[in-house]
Amino acid sequence: MIYEVFRQERKGQAFAHAGSLEAPNDEFAEEYAREFYGRRQESEALWVVPRTAVHEIDDFVDELGRNYHRVDGYSLKVKLKEARDRAGTSPS
Amino acid sequence: MTERARALLEYADDELILGWRDSEWTGVAPFLEEDVAFSSISQNEVGHARALYEIAARELGTTADELAFDRKPDEYRSAPLVEFRRMDWAATIARHVLYEAADEIRVEALKDSGDEEVAGLAAKMDREEAYHRIHAQMWEERLRGEPRFQAALDELWPAAVAVLPEELRPELAARTGRDLPSNSLLLAHERGSHAEEWPALWEEMTEVRRSVPGAAW
Repeated sequence: MIYEVFRQERKGQAFAHAGSLEAPNDEFAEEYAREFYGRRQESEALWVVPRTAVHEIDDFVDELGRNYHRVDGYSLKVKLKEARDRAGTSPS
Repeated sequence: MTERARALLEYADDELILGWRDSEWTGVAPFLEEDVAFSSISQNEVGHARALYEIAARELGTTADELAFDRKPDEYRSAPLVEFRRMDWAATIARHVLYEAADEIRVEALKDSGDEEVAGLAAKMDREEAYHRIHAQMWEERLRGEPRFQAALDELWPAAVAVLPEELRPELAARTGRDLPSNSLLLAHERGSHAEEWPALWEEMTEVRRSVPGAAW
């Protein structure tokens, strides 16, 4: 079985993916995770998750190109400057 | 030599040599995760040996390195159980399971001893040994139905009993649910005698130190 291991570096921080490992069952997986990601005091806590429990979604469609839904698709700075120019309130 | 130094050397020799033998699995364990885990356990054992040798060395006016590598083969006090060459995986796990069971009793006794320095070290070691025991128990569970594993447990049992001083042996028998072997069966496994493989292991273990005697590395 393949397990995915997530690691929290410091208390309060988000868990980040650390890597994966192969083990015959949950118990072995926990022991190996401890060994690979915990024995040098590099982790505050670990999440050990069977890969089958991870549901991956990677089929995102944006047929209509609605880039204003995306945080990186809509430049507020440019729009704001245009609006200010139109209103004649541009700070310059 | 005091009783204290003798007991420390017995323990240190066991840990050093078992660590050495277990490290024979590095690179050839049944799968990579286990390779890393078992190698790490073997390193822990060598680390415990080092700490035990250091306490003994202060008492004996020598150094941990000299105790670990500069003694004659017949001066080592290791139990024959830890000297057996790398066996098959089932037998390796059988030795691991039996050794950890005996070691748990030994380390408990040291934690309760009046010797503050030794008790403190025993407590530190026990925190690592706890993970070795989890590892051993997981494998014991996994191999329970494997005839080779059961045969190895039976075969190694007398040697495992001989790891402990006499007064602690009944406790090991009780915890493992086994009968204590007869004295004649134990004789070949008692400290002072060594496994057939011991001289070859000693040669290899001390080879580098002996290549340049007295060198500062």
